[in-house]
Amino acid sequence: MTSRSIRRVAATALAATMALTAAACAAPNEGRGSTKPTDTAVVGIAYEPETLSPLLGYGKDGNSKIFDGLLTHDAEMRLKPALAAALPDVTDGGRTYTFTLRPGVKFSDGTPFTADDVVFTYATILDEKTNNASKAELDALDTVEKKDDRTVVFHLKYPYAPFAERTVLPIAPRHLAGKQDVNTGPFTTHPVGTGPYVLTTWSKGEKLTFTANPHYWGGAPKVKHLTMAIIKDDDIRATRLRSGDLDGAILPPELAATFKSDTGRRTLAAKTFDYRNVTLPSANPVTGDRAVRRALDLAVDRQAMVKGILSGAGKPAYGPVPTDSPWFAKGTERPHDLGKAQQILDEAGWKKGPDGVRAKDGQRASFTLWYLSGDKLRQEHALAFASDAKKAGIEAKVESGTWEAIEPNMKQDAVLAGGGSPADPDFDQYLLLHSSLAGDGFNNMSRYANKTVDDQLVAARRTDDHRTRKTAYDTIQRQLAEDPAYIFLTHVDHLYVVDDRWKDLTTQVEPHDHGLASGPWWNAEDWQPAK
Amino acid sequence: MTALSTLPWGPMARMTARRALTAVPVLLAVTLGVFAIAAASPFDPVRAYAGTAGLTASQENLDQLRHNLGVDRPLLTRWWDWLTSALTGDLGDSASLRAPVCQVIGERLGWSVLLCALAFALAVTLGTLLGVLAARRRGGALDRAVTSTAYVLEAAPPYWLGLLAVWLGALKLGMLPAGGLTDTGTDLVTAGQIARHLALPALVLAASQLPWFVLYVRQGVGDALTEDPVRGARARGLRERTVLLHHALRSGLLPVLTLIGSRVPELITGALLVETVFSWPGIAAATVQAATSVDFPLLAALTVLATAAVLAGNLLSDLLYGLADPRVGFDG
Repeated sequence: MTSRSIRRVAATALAATMALTAAACAAPNEGRGSTKPTDTAVVGIAYEPETLSPLLGYGKDGNSKIFDGLLTHDAEMRLKPALAAALPDVTDGGRTYTFTLRPGVKFSDGTPFTADDVVFTYATILDEKTNNASKAELDALDTVEKKDDRTVVFHLKYPYAPFAERTVLPIAPRHLAGKQDVNTGPFTTHPVGTGPYVLTTWSKGEKLTFTANPHYWGGAPKVKHLTMAIIKDDDIRATRLRSGDLDGAILPPELAATFKSDTGRRTLAAKTFDYRNVTLPSANPVTGDRAVRRALDLAVDRQAMVKGILSGAGKPAYGPVPTDSPWFAKGTERPHDLGKAQQILDEAGWKKGPDGVRAKDGQRASFTLWYLSGDKLRQEHALAFASDAKKAGIEAKVESGTWEAIEPNMKQDAVLAGGGSPADPDFDQYLLLHSSLAGDGFNNMSRYANKTVDDQLVAARRTDDHRTRKTAYDTIQRQLAEDPAYIFLTHVDHLYVVDDRWKDLTTQVEPHDHGLASGPWWNAEDWQPAK
Repeated sequence: MTALSTLPWGPMARMTARRALTAVPVLLAVTLGVFAIAAASPFDPVRAYAGTAGLTASQENLDQLRHNLGVDRPLLTRWWDWLTSALTGDLGDSASLRAPVCQVIGERLGWSVLLCALAFALAVTLGTLLGVLAARRRGGALDRAVTSTAYVLEAAPPYWLGLLAVWLGALKLGMLPAGGLTDTGTDLVTAGQIARHLALPALVLAASQLPWFVLYVRQGVGDALTEDPVRGARARGLRERTVLLHHALRSGLLPVLTLIGSRVPELITGALLVETVFSWPGIAAATVQAATSVDFPLLAALTVLATAAVLAGNLLSDLLYGLADPRVGFDG
């Protein structure tokens, strides 16, 4: 009896399995290669947002699809009004920003957008109970005040020139988000905003789907259905793009190159502020020595890195500001000059030992260089740097680890780091270079302290006169050439391969983090069919 | 239905109850262990929470986060708080996913169970079938083919098998979708779509589990074929088919039943990799995230779940064993 019952169970299981398998096989094959509609776009991205709540940091640099900020960036990264009716009125020596709000804007649930929502958003982010890790970006902000339903006034603690760049931060609806736990409430996964798209579903780890907001104040988007598929693995993303499952994707240079001969797709290279550099901890007797810093700055062959590591998709970097930015100080490009590097070290008393590594007063010119394990790009940069340094007689022992392993050693050891924020030069440079932030979290990892640089950093952020600011940042860049805080290696282009169904696609200048908000889909709401 | 009513329900229920009781201290120990390991691990929950924003955050901001997330409190306090609120049904909030743990697990568990159950059923059925076929003529062409394939599959990591399946099924043949739960471009969740999207991950997961069952069945049935009862059955002139299925398979299947229980942990880790490759919206991604971001409440809930699955797997195999071989009984 018992055996019969087992058999029966087994038979049922088998039948069920077969039925399912049969269903799987019998399902119709969708038409591959057929002309696809232009009102639907499916793109593959590598990073999934942790949350969709602007209160926790989502979309803080703009292009959040679901939300709008008071201001937004155009393709050239110029500020233009979004939820504000015009650019802000700056008074009180740069300490007061007054925004007049755009009339008639509604959240996608039909509730009107008012000054209360703006005040709520900023006040909640600044609240210490809110788990927002980007809070420090609003450090200059003291209070936000509602003057009337259409006017909001920001009071700053100190004059902060790039403050307007921070107001691209998305505005959350008070009537929904204000009634729940800001850190874990349903709003973090089911957001409602004023933006061009409405979130339909967020299947975590798989995709986010958006539908066009028909009542969008900026006009209903032509792309009605937008899907962002989250595919962490580069090879799989490329495979799914090739199979027609995706209409566009971000790809590393070597995979993007495989689409070159593809007639139906084109590759867009986004210019970026995304740098890779080597920190030079000042507490380390080797990297803390100015002669060693200067020698390393000349010994690294940046051009070879761009060619070898980035397959040409990038630029040599001499500082946080890329060479093609208007903020770049012309003439601060460093040549690859090994002879000069050797000469600087010789003059400073670093003498070559029998093993080819220099030493001075018993101190070997040797230090450890960490890179984030699993990050191929950083690994290749670290190895190239170490090999260039070796030629000058400086030994960089390359080691890999997670941030947890690297963090305790950051004071003594060099790290292959990355970053970059294009909106304003202050965003990168103050955090990287100001001595008050030495060793504060991951800011100023070199613990660099240079009086001139400190003064210029403060001067540049306290005035909104463009000329004065440019002069200050030029001075800083020239100081960095004489007393390098980091060895900047490259600025990395981001490559996107997209179907040819839409015309005139553009990319913005992109930051280090490039997920949902970057790529040609930064303005998917403005995409136009090719025909 | 008569078959069902003649099952030894009483002893089976008693065994289940005994196991459920012993599960309580096991689960307690496991959750405490998870909290201890997580606290001792080099991963920092605050760093993980802050993500890339943490790289530009101020130390003050990070310290505030540490306090808000409650990870600056001692280990035992945190465990006790979690335990007491979990007993009242509140599993807490997942910091890394910014949502209540119940919601996080509820949204994902079904898809993982669907994938695992289908893959497991496939592996057991196919494994038994191929194992019996191989055992029938040991050393024959079929046996050699099946056995060597099984060894190759066993050596291949599921991740690699997954990539291979994507390449073959989605790219070369263009028959099956390469990932996701539904077609990437649509929001509709239909049974047909899910079935199509389920096919590749389920096949890969089944393939990664298959070798164990094939090899065990082949060994078990092969050995049984040389034993006295089988020889006796053959001597009585029974058909080869009857001998194979009724005599050899029945005694040869016993080790396989044990295997079912012990394969559950393997299945879970295999599912983890397969779900990652195919962007399957199951529990895997949440597990990895919970572990690397030291998300205590989520980690503890998931560990309890995995432990429960393993214990249930063991119970199931013991029950089946008892049914298949009455000598074993339900005393365990």
